[in-house]
Amino acid sequence: MTRVQQLQLALAGAMLAVAPWIIDGAPYESTMGLVQKIFYFHMPSAWLFLIAALVAGVASARFLFGRAPSADYWAVAAAEMAVVFGIITLVTGPLWARKAWGLWWVWDARLTSSLILWLIFVAYLLLRRFGGPGSDKLGAGMALFGLVNVPFIFVSVNVWRTLHPQTSVVPTLPVEMGAPLWFCLTAFLLLFLALMSMRAGLARQRARIEALYLSEEEA
Amino acid sequence: MRQFLRVAWLVVQKDLRVESRSFEVVSTTLFFSVTVVLIFAFGLVREGRPADDVAAAILWIALAFSGTLALGRTFERERQAETLRALLMAPADRPALYVGKLAGMLVLLVLIEAVLVPLIGLLFQAPILRYPWSLAGLLLAGTVGFSAVGTLFAAMLVRARSRDVLLPILLYPMTVPVMIMGVRGTAALFQATPDEPLARFCLAFLVFIDVVFVTLALWTFEPVMTD
Repeated sequence: MTRVQQLQLALAGAMLAVAPWIIDGAPYESTMGLVQKIFYFHMPSAWLFLIAALVAGVASARFLFGRAPSADYWAVAAAEMAVVFGIITLVTGPLWARKAWGLWWVWDARLTSSLILWLIFVAYLLLRRFGGPGSDKLGAGMALFGLVNVPFIFVSVNVWRTLHPQTSVVPTLPVEMGAPLWFCLTAFLLLFLALMSMRAGLARQRARIEALYLSEEEA
Repeated sequence: MRQFLRVAWLVVQKDLRVESRSFEVVSTTLFFSVTVVLIFAFGLVREGRPADDVAAAILWIALAFSGTLALGRTFERERQAETLRALLMAPADRPALYVGKLAGMLVLLVLIEAVLVPLIGLLFQAPILRYPWSLAGLLLAGTVGFSAVGTLFAAMLVRARSRDVLLPILLYPMTVPVMIMGVRGTAALFQATPDEPLARFCLAFLVFIDVVFVTLALWTFEPVMTD
């Protein structure tokens, strides 16, 4: 673990430890009351889920077309982050929806496309785990396709009416609600950066050991 | 360009000739798709009558299942005979090989649809002759989208371990938009008061998806299939 990673982890841990008090200090939303507070974890994880998916897609494209082997380490790391933050999003979402809409799940564009994107990254990890040789390129193709797919899924489901609040509410939030949100987002972002760079480092070391074994066998 | 089309055409010819010697993929896939439809019938028919508005969904699900089977079998044959490696070693454009495999797959799936659609019309009382051209357009556009992704992934999986289970795992999440649009467009044509504008929108969107998928597949086929 590098110095930066240690610092990021410590900071994220400390921030997440005080987050409950900060969220407790935020005012109640007028119609939803207490359940709305899950928003402070739901939205940061949803954003990081998308960021992770984007990083995985861009890194895969660089791996495939730029022939940069190191891009693959970042792609794997980002894909794992996408699955982790995706599951947080997909668990906190229905918990909130049950209270706010009276339903655990609705087939709205945002929910459906998040679910499918999450499934794509789970499939990616399954492929990387069980695909054997050559699965790095296959996975890169898959991450690329998965990312291009998201807007299509979004449009194809969007014809149904949506219940999910638009992201445009974020800048209009009052300061007392906005401040805890940005606080949580920063904490999640630090955690995300630390975990992703550690995972990419692990992938790099694995590749190096592999290369060492190969050169040993040849010698 | 002439060279490109010639290579693609040769690959199609090769695939069709191999298939015409045994009809292995056509016959097994066809029988499989019929059994899928029958299983749906056993699950959905109550008191001798099918449930309402299920025909479109069953048609597309049966198509997705049989398509996966056909893709898997076609490329398994290439793998066993080591012919895919031979194809890749040939001094031909990789994208042309892809287009040839895709076209062969399309011929196969259209044959299966030609049996599947009347069967669904018969068993689930779907008005398949009400808008024959729109229905054919939706099916063709959907099949192109499904096979474009399917051919790419099946070709890539040839060298992978546990490819039988990985193909549907990768393929189904990828083809979600094709399935949604195909089912909705077909359901719009089949329902009691048909919604032609919706069907037309779905068709246009499917064509758009096809263009993007085929372009992206042509673009990725080369680096992915190179060692």
